[in-house]
Amino acid sequence: MTQVDIPVESPVRPVQHLDKNFINHSKGFLSWALTLDHKRIGLMYLVGISLSFFLGGLFALAIRLELFSPGMQFMDAATYNQVFTLHGAVMVFLFIIPGIPAALGNVVLPLMLGAKDVAFPRLNLCSYYLWLSGAAFFIWTLFSNGLDTGWTFYTPYSTSYTDTSVIQATAGVFMLGFSSIFTGLNFLVTIHKMRPPGMTWHKLPLFLWGMYGTAIMQLLATPVLGITLLLLIMETTLGIGIFDPQKGGDPVLYQHFFWFYSHPAVYIMILPAMAVVSEIIAAFSRKHIFGYRMIAYSSVSIALLSFLVWGHHMFVSSESTLATLIFSAITFTIAIPSAIKVFNWLATLYKGSVQLDTPMLYALGFMWLFTIGGLTGLFLAVLSTDVVLHDTYFVVAHFHYVMVGGTLFAFLGGLHYWWPKMTGKMYSETSGRIAAVTAFIGFNLAFFPQFIMGSRGMPRRYADYTADFELYHRLSTTGTLILGVGLALLAYTLLRSLFGGKKAPANPWGSATIEWECPSPPPHHNFDHPPLATDPYDMERVEWDEEVQGYVPAVGHRPTAH
Amino acid sequence: MTAAASTEHDHAEGHDHGDHHVLPLWLLIGTWLALMGLTIFTVTASTFHLGAFDLPVAMGIATIKATLVMLIFMHLGFDKSFHSLLIYGSFLFVFLFISFVWIDRGQYQVDINEKEQQEIAIDLGQ
Amino acid sequence: MSDAHGHGDKPFLAHHFEDEDHQFDSGKLGIWAFLVTEILFFSGLFCAYVIYRAMHPEVFTFASNALDTQMGAINTGVLIFSSLTAAWAVRNAQLGQKTGLIVNLSITILCAFGFMGIKYLEYSHKFHLGLFPGDKYEAKEGAYGDESKGNANTVAFTSPEEEESAEETEPGVAFSRGDTAEAELAEQEAHGDDGHGHEELAPWNDPNVPEATKRKLKIFFGIYFCMTGLHGIHVLIGILVLGWLLTRAIRGHFTPTYYGPIDFAALYWHLVDLIWIYLFPLLYLIN
Repeated sequence: MTQVDIPVESPVRPVQHLDKNFINHSKGFLSWALTLDHKRIGLMYLVGISLSFFLGGLFALAIRLELFSPGMQFMDAATYNQVFTLHGAVMVFLFIIPGIPAALGNVVLPLMLGAKDVAFPRLNLCSYYLWLSGAAFFIWTLFSNGLDTGWTFYTPYSTSYTDTSVIQATAGVFMLGFSSIFTGLNFLVTIHKMRPPGMTWHKLPLFLWGMYGTAIMQLLATPVLGITLLLLIMETTLGIGIFDPQKGGDPVLYQHFFWFYSHPAVYIMILPAMAVVSEIIAAFSRKHIFGYRMIAYSSVSIALLSFLVWGHHMFVSSESTLATLIFSAITFTIAIPSAIKVFNWLATLYKGSVQLDTPMLYALGFMWLFTIGGLTGLFLAVLSTDVVLHDTYFVVAHFHYVMVGGTLFAFLGGLHYWWPKMTGKMYSETSGRIAAVTAFIGFNLAFFPQFIMGSRGMPRRYADYTADFELYHRLSTTGTLILGVGLALLAYTLLRSLFGGKKAPANPWGSATIEWECPSPPPHHNFDHPPLATDPYDMERVEWDEEVQGYVPAVGHRPTAH
Repeated sequence: MTAAASTEHDHAEGHDHGDHHVLPLWLLIGTWLALMGLTIFTVTASTFHLGAFDLPVAMGIATIKATLVMLIFMHLGFDKSFHSLLIYGSFLFVFLFISFVWIDRGQYQVDINEKEQQEIAIDLGQ
Repeated sequence: MSDAHGHGDKPFLAHHFEDEDHQFDSGKLGIWAFLVTEILFFSGLFCAYVIYRAMHPEVFTFASNALDTQMGAINTGVLIFSSLTAAWAVRNAQLGQKTGLIVNLSITILCAFGFMGIKYLEYSHKFHLGLFPGDKYEAKEGAYGDESKGNANTVAFTSPEEEESAEETEPGVAFSRGDTAEAELAEQEAHGDDGHGHEELAPWNDPNVPEATKRKLKIFFGIYFCMTGLHGIHVLIGILVLGWLLTRAIRGHFTPTYYGPIDFAALYWHLVDLIWIYLFPLLYLIN
């Protein structure tokens, strides 16, 4: 017998739990504050961005309650400006952009590679502290004069007219930008250099392809945000006159600078979400992912194309006709790789044995909501309709479908999917599912009416409205409250699992990627020996084991060629 | 990991070997002399009035200098081709950035100049 | 890049790398990716420069006269020389020449200080003449002319008799806005000149310089100070990094198998040089 690598007699049950894991292998505040362990840094990020999400959610609630009826309810127009600005800025810069890569990615990415850590652990910790400093600057903004420029900081209002704390906020965003760059740089190098034996580029799990595309964008786009904000600070403090028309500057130049970053940033938000969904869909369809290469390549092509469409945010900002035509055309083409992904997920579901566990509910919700968000994006890419829809609630609904329905749902799906791996605890499946369905219903009720009122002319960012729009606003506010209930139930479910949850097996879902081969939660050094990578979507490789209540390597399974 | 693992890395990256290439001293000093010569050349060239060619000449010389620094001082000429790809890729994105903004450069300027002329007229009228 | 858990005999090999080559390759890819972000970081400034120079070429041509080409050229030489010593230091490290490494690193750091010293002289001279970035800008007498000895441009634009009677013409006054005699001329000039394609060079002491141009001069200085300032900050960071590596070199940390940090810092230093190679002709050599 020449083949000795696969045992044919008794099933090998990998270790499911260890007494010493990364959470309890050392104790004390400093063992966390100075840790170089990617899993601990990921957990610290998770706590941070969850708190930011909570803060941003409070602002959202304030906006919706204020808009419940026409007229001013409990804040004045100036306060309203601050509240929607802070909602946007906190959600975008503190939550969505770092959300999936920094919190989930940090924990999962090295595990998926069978590596002991990311390539540069110190840089990783540095990135976390930059995030923390950025968050601190946001808190400072909040407790000084607030911010009322909109999350885009458009000039000349931000440089010359507002008396709110633009400098603190932009300095904060500057740090958050570098935090994001360092995370991306780390992931890029890690994916290049730390792959285990056997993991060629075409055996890379799709989550890593998504992270790779994200890293490209973080490296190429975020520095431009950095210099833009530096120039903005220079303009505000010294008046160098680059962006302020009073001083001979060009405010539209600022918009070009800003969107050269911020459009790729939209894909920095959504690409990791797509990456998470690719993993979840395959795992819970119990089937090999369909069109692996197409999904992988579409991640990279989205990353590259995302740099060529920023002008579609400026169709009504006196952009030249030539530029609008080019940007509009390229915007249509970027729908292609996005659609490729959606169709491949659908094909994966087809004839799979779909299990509607909580992560899968979020992933299906993502597919539904992202498709609506993506298609309505095409309305806005058409030059003539954009003139009508620009700056209305249609735009607000569109990007909430992409950012909340897309990124947030994928983030929550990923959180539930990897929760057993990160914490070693199983949450209550029932309340997890109820929370997911509640959030889905609440979200649609909150944002679908906004498409309608937007197309009927309700402008965005207004603190007041005429009685014609009252019904839509009331539906929207009601939906927000339902969404809030769903999220509260979700938080309860997860937090409760920490104290009363069952111990998680190494592989609760039957996924075939490497991170499920180490115990839950992983030990400090992840793997004693780097595992041998095979096809990450060969679901036949594992089978259910009643005794460990999880999946274990299948007996006598020979990997099939894919 | 094993030796096989590092071979695997090499294959995955398509290495051109020679990461630890030691540059001969004459090449370093020769490059330096060339860079100094080009600096003197560009300063001298700027004293002649070449009209429309001023900027292209200055940028051409700067680009030659930059290429020398990258290929030799930064070892790009002897390094993995992926590193060259990274750096040339970044130039491509800078080019895309500037050229798209370039298309739009005149759009707002007309209004700004108009307003400015009005202000000048007011100031001078006082 | 090293971690607390070294591999026994190799104190600087981090635990998650398989060997020194693996660590070196990862670091090298990391530094190149970082340089990519640096290039994109500066690209915003270059973009602003390109747009404003395209819109107001006459402003750039004129304002460039205030910069001292000689100082700029010397600084270029200093940086290029420091690039040579940085590359040489890498060679020393690769060959395990400890003394050479220390000498070359020291020279590189000295050159960096020299560069910042010359920069300091230039900046303080500008501030002295009221050439501040932004709102504080208030060009004083002679700001655009007679002090820039060695600036061939100035000589070329100044007719001999004007040069002799520099005091009478009082260029500084000619640039303050309230002057009525010059205002009339400026107004004439302002008509039919919207600042586009103003190719012809106005002599620095000619009162016919359009008012619009004068107002935009401070944008040039805004861009000049942002570009050279950000570059200067990078030089300062370079000094810190190289200084730290010098102390490590003195302690004998680097060997032919472990010299990554020297190589990476040198790459960063070359990029700083590279950016200056473009800044110098773009700012100082406008004709």
